[in-house]
Amino acid sequence: MAETTTPTPTETAAPALTAPRREPRGYSVRSLPGFAVIAIFTFFALYAPILILVTYSFNAGTSLAIWEGFSLRWYYQAAANEAVQDAAIRSLYLAFCAATIATVAATMAALATTRTRRFPGKTMIYALINQPLMIPEIVTAVALLIVFAAIKVWTGHTSMIYLIAAHTAFCVPFAYLPIRARLETMDNTLETAAQDLYASRWLTFRRVTLPLMWPGIVAGLMLAFVISLDDVVITEFVKSAGQETIPTYMLGQLRRVVTPEVNAISTVILMAGVILVALFFRLTSRRR
Amino acid sequence: MTSQTAHAEPAEAAIADTTAIAVDVDRVSKIFRGETEVRALDDVSVGIRKNEFFTLLGPSGCGKTTLLRLIAGFEPPTMGAIRLGTRDISRLPPNQRPINTVFQNYALFPHMSVAQNIAFGLEMLGKPKAEVQRTVDEMLRLVRMEELKNRRTSEISGGQQQRVALARALAPHPEVLLLDEPLSALDLKLRKDMQIELKRLQHETGITFIFVTHDQEEALTMSDRVAVMSAGKILQVGRPRDIYERPAERFVANFIGESNFLDATLSGGTVELAAGGRFDVRVPEGVRDGAVSVLVRPEHASVRSGEAAEGETGATVENVVYSGEATVVHLRLATGEAMKIRLANAPQGGEAPPQTGGAAAIRIAPGAVTVLKD
Repeated sequence: MAETTTPTPTETAAPALTAPRREPRGYSVRSLPGFAVIAIFTFFALYAPILILVTYSFNAGTSLAIWEGFSLRWYYQAAANEAVQDAAIRSLYLAFCAATIATVAATMAALATTRTRRFPGKTMIYALINQPLMIPEIVTAVALLIVFAAIKVWTGHTSMIYLIAAHTAFCVPFAYLPIRARLETMDNTLETAAQDLYASRWLTFRRVTLPLMWPGIVAGLMLAFVISLDDVVITEFVKSAGQETIPTYMLGQLRRVVTPEVNAISTVILMAGVILVALFFRLTSRRR
Repeated sequence: MTSQTAHAEPAEAAIADTTAIAVDVDRVSKIFRGETEVRALDDVSVGIRKNEFFTLLGPSGCGKTTLLRLIAGFEPPTMGAIRLGTRDISRLPPNQRPINTVFQNYALFPHMSVAQNIAFGLEMLGKPKAEVQRTVDEMLRLVRMEELKNRRTSEISGGQQQRVALARALAPHPEVLLLDEPLSALDLKLRKDMQIELKRLQHETGITFIFVTHDQEEALTMSDRVAVMSAGKILQVGRPRDIYERPAERFVANFIGESNFLDATLSGGTVELAAGGRFDVRVPEGVRDGAVSVLVRPEHASVRSGEAAEGETGATVENVVYSGEATVVHLRLATGEAMKIRLANAPQGGEAPPQTGGAAAIRIAPGAVTVLKD
C-alpha cells in the first residue's frame, strides 16, 4: 500500500495516478471510537489474573496475597506430592488415550465429509459431529453419569475406560475442525492426479492425501490433548473413587487449604497448554 | 469434408490407411444428473490416430474437458464405449489405463520435490529403483529442468511447473497423453514457447497427444487434426487447413478465424452471390440447390478503389483500420451485406488502400468461396 514512489509492473497503475497518500483513507473499524479501549480492557481482564497466578506460584510464603520473596518451593512441593504425581500421570494417560482415539475418529469423519460426493444428510452429519460443542457440558456430564453408573453397577467394572470414553466423545469435534479445515483447502485434483499416475486407492491415500492432511491431524491431536487435559466437569461426574486427574485434584484442594502449590501446578499446565496451542497455530497457519 | 466423424474421411484416406487408431470414441454420451439433467456429451464418435497431435477445440461448456476426463477414466460414460486400440477401457479405473494427464492447474504434489513428482508414476508402476532414476533424469533433460530437480514445486515458476507436469505425465511413457488447457495459465510469450516445446516433445516421444483448448490459434498451429466441438457434439474433424478453409458449418467458420457470411444461390456446382459474382464451388453432402450461405475469409479477397469491372463486386468503403502487418477494409455491398477484407501491408509508397466513403471493387480469389451446410 505504501509503495508509491516506485510502482512495480505487477501493481495496477490506478492507485499511482492519485496523489501519494500514506494512510488508508477508506473505512476501517479501527477508526471507530471505543475499539482500542475495549481491546485493551479485554486483554487486561484476560491476562492480568493469570499473571498474578503465575507470579504467586513463585512466592516464598504460604500466602496467595502477600509477596514474601522468590522461591521454587511450591514447584518442589508439588513435584514431591504423591497425590499430584498420581493425578498428573493419570491426566496425561487419559489425555493421550482420548486424544489419539478421538483424532483417528475425527480423521475418518473429516475424510467422509469432505472427500465423498454429496449425499443426503451430509449437513445433518456435519451438525451431529459438532454437536458436543453446542451441548452444555454439564448436561453431557449428567447424562454420562447416569449411563456409566448403571453400567458400573451392572458389570462391577470401574477402570479408566469410562473416563477415556467420555473424554474421547467430547474431544472428537475439537480434533475434527482443524482436520476438516485442512482437507477443505486441499486441491482435489491432486488425488485425481495420483490415480492417473497408476496409484491405487490405498496408495493415493498413503502417498498423497495423508501426507498433505498430516499438519491438520497433528493440530487436531494437540487440540484434543489440551481439551482433555483441561476438563473438570465431565471428569468430576464420571470418575470412580481414586481416579483424580490434575484438574479434579486441584478442585479438591481448593475446598481445603489454598496454598501456592495450586498456583505452581496451574502454571505448569498453563505452560504445557501455551506450548501446544502455539504449535497448533504454527501448524495450521504456516504451511500453505 | 462434411463427415461428422473421423472414420473414413475421404480427404484424409491416405493418412488413415497408414495409421492405426489409438483411441476410439464410439457413440459416447455423458449425462450429469443433478438438479437438472445436463447432456455434456451427445453421441460423440471420433477416432484418434497413433502418434497424432489431436486437438479438441470449442468454447467453454462444449464438452471437450468432459470427453478428456472420460478418456482418462475420471468419469464413466453414460452410454457408448471408449477403446484403446481395440480394447474396451470404458470401465477401467484411471490407474489401470496407460494414459496420463497434464492438468490445467498442473496438480503437482506440493509435498514432493520436482524429481519426486516425476518419479511418482514410475514408482506406482513398481519399476526398479535404477530404472526410475534413469527415466527421471531423462525426463528432466527432456524438459530442461535438470538443475531444479531438488526444488519444491512451490519454489519454481508457472512455466517451470508446467514442464514438471509434462515430465511427470510423460515419464511412465503412456500410450496417450491428455492435456487439459495446459497453456491457459501462462503469459503470451511463454505460451508461444510452450507450443513449440509441446510439438517437439510429441515428436521426440512419439506419444499420441490429445490436447484440449478453447484457443483456435493454438489449435491451428499445433495440431495434426482438430475436432471442433459445440454443445456436446463434434461438428467437424479435420486438418487445421481443412477446418479453416473448408468449415462445414457456420459455427465452425465463426469460431475459427474471421469470417464473411454472404447470401448466394447454388445451382449445379456454381454459386451466384446475391451481391454479384459467380464461383465454382465444392458442394457439401446434403446441401441442395437454392439459397445458401457462403463463407469468404477476409484475406481471401482483395479490394481496390474505383468502379467494379468484369469479375469484381462493387461496394462502398465504410472504414479502413490499420493494424501493423495488415489493413482491414470494412465494406458495404450493394445488397446491404457487410464484408471485411484484410490486405497485407506493403512498404510505404506502395498502392494506397481505398479511402473511407469511396467506391471500391472487390475481387474474390477463385476457390475462396465455401458453401456452408446451414
